[in-house]
Amino acid sequence: MLSANRNPVAKILGMDYNTMKEDPSILNILDKITKEDDPESEVKMKMAMLLEELDLHLLNYSLKHASLEIHLNPVTIKKDIELLKHFSGQGEQTVLESIEYTSDYEFSNGCRAPPWRQLHGEICYVLVKPHDVETLCITCCAEGVFLNGGKTDDEGEINYERKGAIYKDLVTFLKHKSAKFSENMSKQTRLTEEQQKVKDQPKKAPKKKEADALHKSITSSNKSKLENNQINFGKNQMTKRLEPSVNWKTDVDFKVRRISVRDTQEKKHGGRPEKSTPPVSPGRAQLVHKNADKTEEIPSESSSESEEDEEPPDHRQEANADLPSEYWQIQKLVKYLKGGNQTATVIALCSMRDFNLAQETCQLAIRDVGGLEVLINLLDTDEVKCKIGSLKILKEISYNPQIRRNIVDLGGLPVMVNILDSPHKILKCLAAETIANVAKFRRARRVVRHHGGITKLVALLDCAQNSTEPAQASLYDERDVEVARCGALALWSCSKSYANKEAIRKAGGIPLLAQLLKTSHENMLIPVVGTLQECASEESYRAAIKAERIIENLVKNLNSENEQLQEHCAMAIYQCAEDEETRDLVRLHGGLKPLASLLNKTDNKERLAAVTGAIWKCSISKENVTKFREYRAIETLVGLLTDQPEEVLVNVVGALGECCQEYENRVLVRKCGGIQPLVNLLVGINQALLVNVTKAVGACAVEPESMVIIDRLDGVRLLWSLLKNPHPDVKASAAWALCPCIQNAKDAGEMVRSFVGGLELVVNLLKSDNKEVLASVCAVITNIAKDQENLAVITDHGVVPLLSKLANTNNDKLRQHLAEAISRCCMWGRNKVAFGEHKAVAPLVRYLKSNDTNVHRATAQALYQLSEDANNCITMHENGAVKLLLDMVGSPDQDLQEAAAGCISNIRRLALATEKARYP
Amino acid sequence: MDQKALRKLVESISKTVKSFKKSEVECLIRLFHSLVERDDVRLHNNVLDRNTFRATLHNLFGMTDDMLMKRVFFAFDKNDNCMNVKEWIKGLSVFLRGTFEEKLKFCFKVYYLNSDGYISREEIFDMLKNSLHQQSSEKETDGGIEELVEKMLKKMDYDNDGKISFAVFEKAVKEETLLLEVFGQCLPEAKICLDFEALAFTHPDF
Repeated sequence: MLSANRNPVAKILGMDYNTMKEDPSILNILDKITKEDDPESEVKMKMAMLLEELDLHLLNYSLKHASLEIHLNPVTIKKDIELLKHFSGQGEQTVLESIEYTSDYEFSNGCRAPPWRQLHGEICYVLVKPHDVETLCITCCAEGVFLNGGKTDDEGEINYERKGAIYKDLVTFLKHKSAKFSENMSKQTRLTEEQQKVKDQPKKAPKKKEADALHKSITSSNKSKLENNQINFGKNQMTKRLEPSVNWKTDVDFKVRRISVRDTQEKKHGGRPEKSTPPVSPGRAQLVHKNADKTEEIPSESSSESEEDEEPPDHRQEANADLPSEYWQIQKLVKYLKGGNQTATVIALCSMRDFNLAQETCQLAIRDVGGLEVLINLLDTDEVKCKIGSLKILKEISYNPQIRRNIVDLGGLPVMVNILDSPHKILKCLAAETIANVAKFRRARRVVRHHGGITKLVALLDCAQNSTEPAQASLYDERDVEVARCGALALWSCSKSYANKEAIRKAGGIPLLAQLLKTSHENMLIPVVGTLQECASEESYRAAIKAERIIENLVKNLNSENEQLQEHCAMAIYQCAEDEETRDLVRLHGGLKPLASLLNKTDNKERLAAVTGAIWKCSISKENVTKFREYRAIETLVGLLTDQPEEVLVNVVGALGECCQEYENRVLVRKCGGIQPLVNLLVGINQALLVNVTKAVGACAVEPESMVIIDRLDGVRLLWSLLKNPHPDVKASAAWALCPCIQNAKDAGEMVRSFVGGLELVVNLLKSDNKEVLASVCAVITNIAKDQENLAVITDHGVVPLLSKLANTNNDKLRQHLAEAISRCCMWGRNKVAFGEHKAVAPLVRYLKSNDTNVHRATAQALYQLSEDANNCITMHENGAVKLLLDMVGSPDQDLQEAAAGCISNIRRLALATEKARYP
Repeated sequence: MDQKALRKLVESISKTVKSFKKSEVECLIRLFHSLVERDDVRLHNNVLDRNTFRATLHNLFGMTDDMLMKRVFFAFDKNDNCMNVKEWIKGLSVFLRGTFEEKLKFCFKVYYLNSDGYISREEIFDMLKNSLHQQSSEKETDGGIEELVEKMLKKMDYDNDGKISFAVFEKAVKEETLLLEVFGQCLPEAKICLDFEALAFTHPDF
């Protein structure tokens, strides 16, 4: 029951009740009484025994009542809530929209109520959102379930006061409160009963898994919904404060970002790359996709989890509720499948194929009458024709995401993997194509790998080697090319898991894919390039792609007529072009021109995103940028800055950011009117986009003429406010962009001062723990400090101790900018002395041992400034600065020379002065 | 056996059956010979009766359905209820090396027995008679079979005359290859063919 009150009955009924279990009660009393040698002891004893008897009687009586009243305990309540969770979520069919505990913490006794409330017998509090009523805050206690005062707005505390009658349990309570609940509840019960009737074969294991899956998806959707509803209790309040970062992609590291771009792309198609499945039977396939999307969208929408693995809730067809006629016909056919010989089986299979298997009704009907089990069993027989027929059906119905999961649950994948070894090519093809459909989610991909499927699929690609077709091709067989195509198709699906990428590489898949890439069959090329594109997220693949001369063929296929092929080729180039050599290869094979011309075709957004991505990465190389300018790609890119989806914008802006590193292009962008749309994008929330936009704006700001425009559009203020962005990459990128702005703005000092609280914000960013943010902020401070008045302000905000604190670092980038900032900040008041007091000097001396000349120069300049204070000179001398600086005097870098020499001279002068003082 | 006669026979058969090499034809003649088990008679007149042929189909080609084997026999045999060596080799050429069209014709021939050029509803029923395991009652089984027949007729009887013509059969099979042996197995499986060839062409005398 309650931890503080482990045995309430014993407490209520007295200690004796507890102890009596061991000793016979009479002995106990005898003992007590005989000790006192009283003459009346006998009477007393009799009395005592009578009393004891009465006591016992009373106890038993009250116990009966107590047991009637106390009927709820944490276990039953937990069960109830878990059960209701199974059946809640979005949609009309569920009993509730959500049901959620108010507290995540569960005490060891199973209660969630705080200890002081547990004293009142309260177990936990639940927030329930029925379909038709407001959110209810409910107390579950030992006596029953009642409505409490709800949570108060300010503290997130619960008003524990009872506001209504006590019901015996949660379900009864909800039935009274929500009509919709009781209606759907009765439906659910009927539904489960019907299902059991329909199932003639027991399949408990998969069913249990389905239930788990159902549970999983619903709890996760509830979690996020709770956050959406912004019901803030303690912890949730924190999540709310952090909310923006939840919406944004979490990292700008390019690799991760690339994935996130793909994610968003996938999301647009219901999260599945299915839309790019080659047209086996186009009309049909499309139909299926619609179905598939419809069913998968529901759970993925409300969940922030990796949607790929989201197990969609199982929609069993409602028995009775006008089952379509197909249902009964399919049921009969399945009966013939079970009870027929090979001939009857083949007829039944062929007849089943006459149904529109792209239709969800038929797909689910096959499953619901136990057809999946039979179809999968057929795969284990020796009858080739039955296997073919069965696979042909499985291939079609596995477009349905629920069916995929059922196939995996029924152990269909290992059988299909085995069929990949079959001597019949048609069986290989069908099995591979079915695997391609089923392996759309992680668990399935894992099963394929664990059963050696990847190696076998890779072997299918090897059609060139064993091209000696047997003299008499068997009746039902296919060509080798088709086998390879199906293999590639399955690998494409599988390659979405990291471990499978590795497995494909280890099985020698890359050279084979490279080989197939040389063919000219479009429907072969798409899965091949798709797989490569998918795998190119891995460094090992990018190296192999370079080594196997794959870039050449990717470039060649950019010129294909097929949009999908173009898209995947561009995507693969995008992935690989982070490597300099690869970028050069793209140029050498003439890939830049097709990319530039594809830029003009803006109707297909997926392709546009891939193409702009490839252009972005390629334009990291200067030679490529020159080419792009030649092809007038820069003007086109500027034109794409408006009215494009974010995936495209990120890449377009990224490309412009790279291009604008060059003077000619900066002029070009300004002349094409690119600055205004760029500045407009500074107000977005997409983190990847913000990183790129700030970089592009910063690049433009290098040009004073462009800076005038940026200033006029209030771009500097926007950049400045991005310093408040929660994501460090955005912060850093904005800070870097601010540097050229401050450098090139007219009346920069005045402008900076006009941002209320801006200087304090910058100084406080020195408390960040991100090296890139620190380096960029130091750079901003260097620029701010050029204005004396602003330098005075940031000194007041404590810039000196904060900079000094950062001095102990090994990061050369930070060292350089930190030294520059220190050097600038020395120009005010007694800052030189203050840096010494805050122990910034000794670490700076160590910077001179770095290998980076930029660090040397900045440090020497800082030391030169600091050496005007005598104590600093002593510290430098003690730390061996003189010898290091003497080496620097010999540097070819003039600034470094001067600074080093100046510093030595200051130290020397001090030494002379001391000597003079000592020996006048 | 007379080598000269054998060579002559090989020559004449090779003229009509192109899919076998001469050495292979010779092997098949020898096989036929050993099946017939009558060395003394002149080769031309050697004939295989239905029972021996059925045993051969069963033992060498793994077929099981009696009724279908009977039908296969008639598809091999031109007219006279006994199979000569030419018919044997011609039939085997379809079995082992037949093109899709040849097999198509062969299967159709197996399925129409009363030689009117159509597969009738009754014939289909007859062929599918044993295809369902005994259900609870005979009536139910028959009902099931009736439905299978109905389904196939619906699928193939495009002109709705209750029977299947070759043109219709051809069309249906081209659409779905699985329908080639739709009314029962009448061709050996690919693997068995390979085994048979390996056996027959390397050890002609078994």
